Amino acid sequence: MRALTWHGKHDVRVDTVADPQIVNPRDAIIKITSTAICGSDLHLYDHTIPTMKAGDVLGHEFMGEVVEVGPGNSKLKVGQRVVVPFVIACGQCYFCKQQQFAACDNSNPAETADMSEFLYGYPMTGAFGYSHLTGGYAGGQAEYVRVPYADVGPILIPDGIEDEKVLFLSDILPTGWMAADNCDIKATDTVAVWGCGPVGLFAVQSAFALGAHRVIAIDHFPHRLDLAKSMGAEVINFEEVEVREALVEMTGGIGPDACIDAVGMESHGLTADSVMDRVKAAVKLVTDQTHGLRQVIIACRKGGKVSIPGVYGGVTDKFPIGALMEKGLSIKSGQTHVQKYMQQLLDLIMEGKLDTTFLISHRLSLEDAPTGYKIFKERQNDVTKVVLKPDGVPRH
Amino acid sequence: MSSPISHTAHGDAPLSSAKHPDPAGAPEHLAPQQGDVLVGRSVTIDRPREDLYAFWRDFTNLPLFMRNIHSVTIQDSAHSHWVIEAPAGKTVEWDSKITQDEAGRLIAWESLEGASVRNSGRVEFIDSPDGRGTVVRVTLTYDPPGGAVGKLIAKLFQKEPKIQARQDLRRFKQLMETGEVSTARPPDAAPRA
Repeated sequence: MRALTWHGKHDVRVDTVADPQIVNPRDAIIKITSTAICGSDLHLYDHTIPTMKAGDVLGHEFMGEVVEVGPGNSKLKVGQRVVVPFVIACGQCYFCKQQQFAACDNSNPAETADMSEFLYGYPMTGAFGYSHLTGGYAGGQAEYVRVPYADVGPILIPDGIEDEKVLFLSDILPTGWMAADNCDIKATDTVAVWGCGPVGLFAVQSAFALGAHRVIAIDHFPHRLDLAKSMGAEVINFEEVEVREALVEMTGGIGPDACIDAVGMESHGLTADSVMDRVKAAVKLVTDQTHGLRQVIIACRKGGKVSIPGVYGGVTDKFPIGALMEKGLSIKSGQTHVQKYMQQLLDLIMEGKLDTTFLISHRLSLEDAPTGYKIFKERQNDVTKVVLKPDGVPRH
Repeated sequence: MSSPISHTAHGDAPLSSAKHPDPAGAPEHLAPQQGDVLVGRSVTIDRPREDLYAFWRDFTNLPLFMRNIHSVTIQDSAHSHWVIEAPAGKTVEWDSKITQDEAGRLIAWESLEGASVRNSGRVEFIDSPDGRGTVVRVTLTYDPPGGAVGKLIAKLFQKEPKIQARQDLRRFKQLMETGEVSTARPPDAAPRA
């Protein structure tokens, strides 16, 4: 089959690789009809996530048609349409039973789980196409993919609804939703969202859906700020104003009740701390550049809530622990428990209450995937989301 | 979930987590002998302890989750013969006998006279106090031999046992909770450049 493979920093290629096969009884093989490039794929593209190997198949946002089912899987049938969560979860461990699917104890193979146990204290869950820290599972920017524990993750999609309306159930829609859900939003709350990439925009949408009184979105790309504005958010361009001061003034001196960091580990900015981050990252003293997160913590109101859907992987410094403690902030974070949110979000899509298609700016063939990475990296203003069509056929 | 042989003298932490190989104050019969390797690891598995005990007690099941065991042959109710894969395509073999066996609770074993790697171990199955299933605690000791062959074996049994125990217990948990051992191995991975 053809698949997008990683070969090094800013080097991804479409190669011919072996077709996936059923390995375990609960597996399924999915023929991919639509797959997207995620903002977090750019961390792999930039090689800021360790444990990548040349030849790894990328992609963790995908959907398609079931073409083969393992003998121990009684849920899926050949021919069904499914969206597959990026988190691989067994459904039977303590964490899955608590709906903490992104903490699944079993899906990361025993040999690769060592690395995250050393880094984070406990082994992390498996995920598709996202380094060997998460198991080294082949991803879905390909013609076919093997889905382990396929009787737990994939959600059935009724015929008659286009791929593009449901594809983002795989990651960014539930990620934006959980980011807002983690803010425990009250009807009087003002929610500030740093970053108007796909997750940030879905967090804006989700915060309103969960009852936020106001949402203020922060970015520096005019087109992305326009998208946030079209969803009802007030916007701040951080290149034009001092963000904390603007937020303080816009909230009558109180500050935002909840703050969402939808930027993650490659935060931009030309302030002193972010320049130092870049210098230290260059000499490997820190791994994660966290200017955005510092600003989030400083700008959040006393007793406020901080939600971090943005991806971090290592260590940082100049973390404003004093502001966190003295103001009594609560922080919630984590990879998304996709399986927990998929059904309710699919229902909202089917009822016409959530639309995700506005985000898609580019549709490419799988063969053009390397171009997709390049433009998503270099033209963030107008390239908001790239969807790849491995079979080239529009789906209804 | 206490076990009489597994605790340091002060505090409730297991002996296998001690920073020093011969923790001060550890009762003499519990402290590892010079050169011995002590490995301890616990995992909580969401299955009744009777099920886990039964699966483990049939030693022929062990190669399903213990990656370095080539085979276990049952000789009688207490005795078995173990073939272990060692580096460089070699194998190490020994006979082992069960020294303690409490249904649903505990299995302990030790190698018989003449083993190239003297070893003993125990696995305890304890009800999780918070209703999360069963705490499975494995404690192993190895006494690797000296000499040239010993060095090779030591490589396996001194550096590896902790990694091996950790990974074996993860696979045991996967198998018992999900019915399969998680893997991303080819054919699903791409050819390596």
